[in-house]
Amino acid sequence: MNGRRPSRVVCRRIMCMVRCMLRRSILGVFCLLGLFSLPLLHAQSASHPKIGTSEPSPVSGSNARLPLLFVNARALLPGGIREGVRVLIEDGYIAGVDPEGDVPANARVIDLDGAWLTPGIVDPDSTLGLVEVSAEKASVDMSSGRPIHPAFDVLDAYNPRSAAIPVARLGGVTSALVAPRGGVMSGQSIIVDLAGRTQAEALVKHPAAVHFNLQANPASSRAETLRVLRDMLEEARIFQWQRSAWERNSSRPFTYSAADLEALGPVLEADVPLIAHADRASDIEALVRMATAQKIRLIIAGGAEGYLVRDILAAAHVPVILDTFVDGPGSFDQVFGRPDNAALLYAAGVPIMFSTFSAHNLRELPQYAGNAVRAGLPFEAALRALTETPSDVFGLPRSGRIQEGYRANLVVWSGDPLEFETQVLHVLIRGREMPLISRQTRLFERYRTLPGTPNPPPPLP
Amino acid sequence: MTAEHSIAREASVNFDPMATGRALMPRRLRLAVGCFLGLVAMLPTGCAALRSPPPAAEFQATPLPEPSGDDLAEFERMGHSLVEQEEPVDAPPVILQGAVVLTAHGERYDPGYIVIRNGRIAALGEGAPPKVDDAHLIDVSGDYITPGIIDVHSHLGVYPTPWAQAHNDGNEATDPNTAGVWAEHGFWPQDPSLERAMAGGVTTVQILPGSANLIGGRGVTLHLVPHRGARAMRFPGAPEGVKMACGENPKRVYGKRNETPATRMGNVREQRAAFIEARAYRDAWRRYRRDVEKAERGAPGAKSLNELQPPKRDLNKETLVQLMEGRLLAHIHCYRADDMLNLIQLADEFGFSIRAFHHALEAYKIADILADRGIAAATWADWWGFKLEAFDGIPQNAGLVTRAGGRAIIHSDSHTEIRRLNQEAAKAYYAALHAGLTLTEDEALRWITANPAWALGIEDQVGSLQPGLRADIVVWDRHPFSVYARARYVFVDGVPRFDREHPGAPWSDFELGLEVSP
Repeated sequence: MNGRRPSRVVCRRIMCMVRCMLRRSILGVFCLLGLFSLPLLHAQSASHPKIGTSEPSPVSGSNARLPLLFVNARALLPGGIREGVRVLIEDGYIAGVDPEGDVPANARVIDLDGAWLTPGIVDPDSTLGLVEVSAEKASVDMSSGRPIHPAFDVLDAYNPRSAAIPVARLGGVTSALVAPRGGVMSGQSIIVDLAGRTQAEALVKHPAAVHFNLQANPASSRAETLRVLRDMLEEARIFQWQRSAWERNSSRPFTYSAADLEALGPVLEADVPLIAHADRASDIEALVRMATAQKIRLIIAGGAEGYLVRDILAAAHVPVILDTFVDGPGSFDQVFGRPDNAALLYAAGVPIMFSTFSAHNLRELPQYAGNAVRAGLPFEAALRALTETPSDVFGLPRSGRIQEGYRANLVVWSGDPLEFETQVLHVLIRGREMPLISRQTRLFERYRTLPGTPNPPPPLP
Repeated sequence: MTAEHSIAREASVNFDPMATGRALMPRRLRLAVGCFLGLVAMLPTGCAALRSPPPAAEFQATPLPEPSGDDLAEFERMGHSLVEQEEPVDAPPVILQGAVVLTAHGERYDPGYIVIRNGRIAALGEGAPPKVDDAHLIDVSGDYITPGIIDVHSHLGVYPTPWAQAHNDGNEATDPNTAGVWAEHGFWPQDPSLERAMAGGVTTVQILPGSANLIGGRGVTLHLVPHRGARAMRFPGAPEGVKMACGENPKRVYGKRNETPATRMGNVREQRAAFIEARAYRDAWRRYRRDVEKAERGAPGAKSLNELQPPKRDLNKETLVQLMEGRLLAHIHCYRADDMLNLIQLADEFGFSIRAFHHALEAYKIADILADRGIAAATWADWWGFKLEAFDGIPQNAGLVTRAGGRAIIHSDSHTEIRRLNQEAAKAYYAALHAGLTLTEDEALRWITANPAWALGIEDQVGSLQPGLRADIVVWDRHPFSVYARARYVFVDGVPRFDREHPGAPWSDFELGLEVSP
C-alpha cells in the first residue's frame, strides 16, 4: 500500500460486490477470491474496517457439503443452555435452531444423545501460524524486528499449514486472532478460522487490531512508553488532516513513516481496536485514561491486576483478555495477581475473554476457563468468554452464537466443555466437519505398540 | 586416629575440624578432640573448635552411610550440618472421615477414613473410623482424599517469583560442568509461589538447578513447611539429586560463546570426560586412604604419615563420585528419545543408574526400554513445540509409558503449573483414555504422588496412603481430576498447613503488608 489508499467510495463498491456475490453463490466468492484475493484483502484492510461486513470464504475440501442436522444436543444458545436442541447446518451456516417444518431429505442426521454443542472457541490473542517451533528463529514470524511499527501486518506470514493448527482444533478451537509480538507497537493482527489451505481461505478479519505493549521496560520508564503511543496517535491524526498536503510534499515533517501513521487511521476512527498488553493496575488505569482522551477502542491483554481497577474498565467498556494461569505475583507487574481476577472483572461488568497468548497451547483454553470458574466465575459466563465475547468484541461477522444465519463454527463435546474427562467429538468450521487428526495423533498411532519397529519395511516387491 | 589425621591436613584448606570430629565420634569425646585438634593444627579456627557443639547440630536432615573410613562420605556429612532446627508440632490424633479415599496404592475407599497420629498415618480404611481417644474428628463427607502431591521438577526458590534479575539463581551457567553447586544454596525460602503450590495440594518438591549445564549441580528435596532456610525444609532422609541435561540447552548456551559443547557430540564427550575425571578422583582418594592405613599399620614399604598428601578436594567430582556410588540420584533433562538412549549408554559406561528422565517428551518412543531399565519418565501433560526437541510431544506420553510397564510422572517445571498438577495429571489421564488406552484412576494419581516419591527415593515415606507413612494428605472439595477441584486442607506430617477457609497471613515476607482486599 505504501501510504496510498483507495478512496472510500471504490472500497465500498468492492465490498458491496463481495456481499452481493456471497448472497448469490459460494462459487462466486471462490472465483472472486481466486482472481482478486490479494487486492481484495488489501482493500478490506485499508479501506473498509467496518465491523461485521466482510464474509470469509468457504473452506475448501473434496466432500460435498451435505446439510447436517444435530439432534438432541445440549446447546449453549444465546438465551441460555438448553437440552434437546436440534440444529440444522447448511452451506456453512446454521440454517435453523429447532427448525420447524421439513429438513432437507439429504441431511445427515447425528443424534448427539445429550452431548454438548457450543460455538467454536476463539483465542483472541494467539501467535498461531506465525510460530512453528518457538526456539527456531527461522520458523518464527511474529516480530517485525522494529520496536515501533504499527504497519507490520502478520497476514503475509500466516501459515495455514502450521502443525499447530490441527492440534488446536482438536481442543475445540475454531478461530484465532493471530497477533504480532515484540517491541512497543508490534503491528496488526488478523483473525482466522482454523481451516483452509490458503491465507485467503482462512482469513476472517483483517486487520483485527493494532498491538501495543505497556510493560516494564528495562531501558526506560513505562511512562515514556505510553508517551510514545500518545505522540504517535497525535501524529497519525495530524497526518490524516494533512494527507493531501503530505502527498504534495508540503506538509509538516512526520516522525513516523506514512505506512505506520496510516496503519493507525482505523484505530483513531475506532474501527479497529488497540490491544494493549498490560498487567499492572496502574498501567491499565493509564491506558484507559489515554484511550478515553483519544477516543479509541481499547482492549487490555494480560490484565493480571485488572480486578483492582475493574470499575474503571467497566465504566469505559474496555474488555480484558485474560491468562488465567497468571494468578499470582509472576512478575513485578503482576504482584497482585489473583485466581479470582476473571470472576471479579465479570461481576463488575467487564467483558472478559481468555487467551493462551501462544501458538501451541490453544487447546488448553477450556482449562483456562475452567480455572476461572473454579475461582468463582459463573460457568455460562466462562463458556461465553470463550466463544461469544471474542466474536462480539472483534465484530466477527455472524459468529460466536448458535443462531439461525450464523456461521457454523461448532464443537460437539461429550460432556461439560471445561472438564478434562470431556472429549471433543465433532469440530465444524464453516459447516464442514474437520478430521480429528493431527501430527500428534499420528505419532501416537505409530508408537502405541512397543516393542516393535515403528517403521516396518514394505513387503518384498 | 585416622580420621583426625586426614582432617588435620584438610584443615589447612578451610576445614572446620570440629564438624568432622562430630561426625566421627561419640558426642562426649568431641569437645576434647576438637580442642586438641584446634590446638595442634594451630589454626585461627581453633577458637571455634573450643565451643561446645549445640545439640541442634545433629545430622538429621540427610542421613548418609555410616562413616567407613571413606573420606568422600565424610565430606558429604560435613556439608550437611543443620543450623535451623525444626520445631516439633504437638497435635492430637486426627481422624478424617466420610471422604472418598484414593490411596495411590491400589485402593479406593468410598467412603473411607484416615487416622493420623504423631504425624503418621495410623490407620485407614472403608466405612466408619475406629474409636480413637482424644482424637480430633473432621467430617469431610463428599470430599476426596489423596496423598500430598510431589513435584519432581521445580525451580521454586532458585527461579522465584516475582521474576527478578537479582533472583536468577537457578543456572550457574559459567561452565558446562557445575556438578559441585547445590540448588539448596540458591533457594529463596520466601518465594511466594511456595504457598501457592501448597494451595494446589503439593507437599514435597525437588528443587533443581536449571538445564544450561551438562551437569548442573545438586537438587534438593524439600517438604513444603515454611522455614527461614532451605536446609530445615529438607525432606528427612531424602537423597539428593544430580541434575544433568542433554540436547539443545547446553549446546546452545556454550555454543553461542564459541565454547564446548556446541553440538550434541560435544555434550556427550564433555559428560564422559567429567565422569572419567571423577572416577580418577575417587581412585586417588581410595589410594590415599589405603596408604594412610598402611602407614598406620606400619606395613612394609609404607610411606610415613607425614609424607602423605591427600588429593586436593574438588566439589564437582565429589558430586559425580557420590552419584557413581549410588548415594545421589540422577535426574536428567532430556527430550528426544535418541538423546535419552545416549545418556543410558553413558550411565552404563560409568556404572551409575538413571533415576528419571525429565521432560522426556519422546519417552513414548522408547517406553519399552525405559520400563525395562526401571527409569522413570517425568513429563508434562501437553506442552510441546517450544523447541525442536519438543516438537513430538503428545498428550498420551504418560499413558503410553505406564502401559509399557514404566513409571510415568507429571512434573511442573513451572511456578504456575505446580499450582494445578492434579489438573495436569487429569489431562494426561483422559487424553490416554480417549485415545483408547486402558488406565486406572489410581495409576494416573501415581503420576503426581507415588511415582515422583519413588524417583526421589522417598517412596517408603510418602507418595501413597498406607499405615506408617508420613501423613502428607490433601482433602479436595471434589474429585481431583475435575478442573473445578480445589484443595480444602493440606496436611504435612499430620499438621494442617493449608486451610482454604482460614487463610492466615502470607507465608512469604515479600507479600507481607501487600495484602489487598478486592
